[in-house]
Amino acid sequence: MQDRFFALADEIGRQLKGEEGFLARLAAETSDFVRFNHSAVRQAGTVKQSYLTLELFKDRRHASQSLGLTGGPEDVDGVKTAVSRLRDVINDSPEDPFFLINTTPEPTSRVLPARMPTAEEGIEAVLAAGKGRDMVGIYASGPITRGFANSFGQRNWDAVEAFNIDLSFYLRADKAVKMSHAGTEWDAGAFAAKAAAATARLDALARPAKTIAPGGYRVYLAPAAMEELMTMMSWGGFGLADHRTGTTPLIKMAEQGVTLNAGVTLRENTRDGLSPSFQDEGFVKPPEVTLIAQGAYKDCLVSPRSAAEFGVPQNGADAYEAPLALDMAPGTLAQAEILKTLGTGIYIGNLWYLNYSDRNACRLTGMTRFATFWVENGEIAAPLNVMRFDDTLYRMLGSHLVGLTAERDLLVSADTYENRSTRSMRLPGAMVDDLKMTL
Amino acid sequence: MTLPSDIARRFMKAAPACDFWSVRVMRSQAEALSVTRGVADPVSLTDDVGAMVTVEAGGGIGYAATSDVSTAGLARAGQEALAWVRRAAGRSVSPPRLRDGKAIQFEDEDRTATPWQSVSRGDKLARLARQSADLKRNDTIADWSAALSFTDEESVIATSHGDFIRQRCGIVVPHLSASASEGGETQTRTFGRGGVIRQGGFETLDRLGFWTAAPRIGEEALELLAAPNCPTETMDLLLAPDQMYIQIHESIGHPLELDRILGDERNYAGTSFVTLDMFGTYQYGSDLLNVTFDPTVSGEAASYAFDDDGTRAEKRFLIQRGILQTPLGGAFSQARANISGVANARACSWNRPIIDRMANLNVEAGASSLDDLIGAMENGIMMETNVSWSIDDSRNKFQFGCERARLVKNGKLGDVVKNPNYRGISATFWRSLKGLGNAGTVQILGTPTCGKGEPNQVIRVGHATPTGLFADVHVFGGG
Repeated sequence: MQDRFFALADEIGRQLKGEEGFLARLAAETSDFVRFNHSAVRQAGTVKQSYLTLELFKDRRHASQSLGLTGGPEDVDGVKTAVSRLRDVINDSPEDPFFLINTTPEPTSRVLPARMPTAEEGIEAVLAAGKGRDMVGIYASGPITRGFANSFGQRNWDAVEAFNIDLSFYLRADKAVKMSHAGTEWDAGAFAAKAAAATARLDALARPAKTIAPGGYRVYLAPAAMEELMTMMSWGGFGLADHRTGTTPLIKMAEQGVTLNAGVTLRENTRDGLSPSFQDEGFVKPPEVTLIAQGAYKDCLVSPRSAAEFGVPQNGADAYEAPLALDMAPGTLAQAEILKTLGTGIYIGNLWYLNYSDRNACRLTGMTRFATFWVENGEIAAPLNVMRFDDTLYRMLGSHLVGLTAERDLLVSADTYENRSTRSMRLPGAMVDDLKMTL
Repeated sequence: MTLPSDIARRFMKAAPACDFWSVRVMRSQAEALSVTRGVADPVSLTDDVGAMVTVEAGGGIGYAATSDVSTAGLARAGQEALAWVRRAAGRSVSPPRLRDGKAIQFEDEDRTATPWQSVSRGDKLARLARQSADLKRNDTIADWSAALSFTDEESVIATSHGDFIRQRCGIVVPHLSASASEGGETQTRTFGRGGVIRQGGFETLDRLGFWTAAPRIGEEALELLAAPNCPTETMDLLLAPDQMYIQIHESIGHPLELDRILGDERNYAGTSFVTLDMFGTYQYGSDLLNVTFDPTVSGEAASYAFDDDGTRAEKRFLIQRGILQTPLGGAFSQARANISGVANARACSWNRPIIDRMANLNVEAGASSLDDLIGAMENGIMMETNVSWSIDDSRNKFQFGCERARLVKNGKLGDVVKNPNYRGISATFWRSLKGLGNAGTVQILGTPTCGKGEPNQVIRVGHATPTGLFADVHVFGGG
């Protein structure tokens, strides 16, 4: 596929006239998807998709077209047609004052070694984990490829084969334990052990559920729950354009110097993430960008377009200026002692459906979900019926943050909207006092 | 590029030997135009085509989807789907549904009044630039944008049963946004914030009032910045259609999806507080509430003649006079649950399998004028334009926020307030519906981004709704 993509890029180059140039981006994947419900197969199949986004430019006029690739000789006709069409479009387009692309070739190549399960092995393993249980979820596996080429001779390649198994084991109604197992090296024993650990937690859900009244509660947010908070924070929290236009939910940090707890340090850690190290305009990302240091806002993610508009250097961000490999520094709380440290309060395994109730105040609302327990004197007392929280991040990770765990989880996104995500987060758990529960 | 119908015919010649096969070819050609902070963004075009092959054999089902629509590529997909049939054999939640009746031959008509391409790209960009300039009322407007997207979507379904269904539609999604920012606070006003989507061509933009909305949106962003916070109180709540649509979507649409009720979505989008035994008897809302699945509304986002499983789509009451009647379940889910449903088996594109979706889910108009509804409020608030939505995984406990609200005292609209929010519980909220706007208050809205399914799918759905009045709702502001 690498040879085909680069040959196609060469063909695009041959189609150029005069001062024209191009950028070409490849996003391809072959995915086995097996969906399960009630420990049986709901839907099973393979998706092979390959998209080329071709951007043609001349002077400061530019436009792009995304087209599906077949992998055959008709792809050459496809790019010829696209170049011709885009030539017409840019002739009608105004000059773009914020057009910024990498003109200094920075070739990169990463092909991660992998050991994938066969489709049969994957299905067997998941069905075995669900035997005698009420299991529901998805198995996804296969290669994910990203490529970049431009008319300056730059060529970049990133190929990873990965699996991502995202399951829930239900005991009754909405009482369930969720587990995720993702990686590039398949080990059936490791998966089975993780599934066994998840199902062992179902016993605690068998007790009568507790319903709590609205009010303030001491809570422990497991890393998977923290992932939901960080996903919301990433929605406009770290992009330069959001900061410069005042639309960031962190406007109080950006404009008024409000800080989080000194224990909070956040980085975009491209070096240790799964996403490619190059971005859409051909810039290679720095190994890391520190976003928040010891509770204070530090740097934004800056796309080339924002860099041109606001007159600052770009730092490898894509257009959305959102983290793809967010890394939160660990704290000192021991995960093994977390119930004891919590004392009496709520252990929250997962949060769900978060949104802003006041973006200016970075005030978030959302629901508890899956393995969430009422804890008394350091012991799990009962599963908790779902509760809504509504509180600001400045309290949760600021004035009311008790501490972060020393251990962190690598959380690989199971998102498959349009394509399989390579976004990841490495996060600790968080102990928070007086979280406002409302409904 | 090869036409979808020709691709389908290619597969017909290359289909594997099996009990049943279907091929669903989808092609979407899209254009996105935008002007951000006064500068035209580069034009973005999409041309996507691919095929989803589904095969049934020996009581099992498998699929394979591919962007390789050559004859060889389609034949390979057929064989890959067969391989999945073998892997899943005897382990499926349910056997394939039985198909009977006459084969369907259907060719869609083009209903577009003004084709998208009949207006030049340069003209569209110039119009957007004027909208952009109108949004920026003064320097307090720190962020502003005007955008249009158009998708020409064509699908062809062919089956070994002899069906051949070709459907086509244009989808228009307009966008306007202005953010006023000062003193560490920002307020944003939009043109329906993602809730405006229509089938049709360029003419839909005039009908929606898109070309005249920018000055109002800019002014209202400035007005919100100066407005007081929404009070915290239990009061009557009047929801404009551009908030009603998301209330319907989240607390009626999703809980009525039959695949959720059957548990398919429990690992991702969630389950439902609705159970199969509730249909026919459960009091979902007050007797004012009539909710329909209606794929026949002209111009609504998810109008169609057949769903992606080849089932003819017809209007059905889901809730009638407040009583729950029918789930949102397609043919396969209906067979699993042994209950009647609707034609809502849909896929977002060729690369995802069909699942139960909302399509057009509408609240039927009531009898009250907007003035009647406001006049009936002693102490209340009218909220418009959704900005925040959150609901539990059983679709019961919800919280919504809106861009703008006006207090209502003694039957009269009063001050504008910012950061309006409210929360409640689906199972009781709709029973508090005490007034419903007449046909004059109805707006045809929807969303292009309804997310669900594993693998994930984002799909367009339509919601036509009048204004709705609810009693004794917990309302609160920001801070």
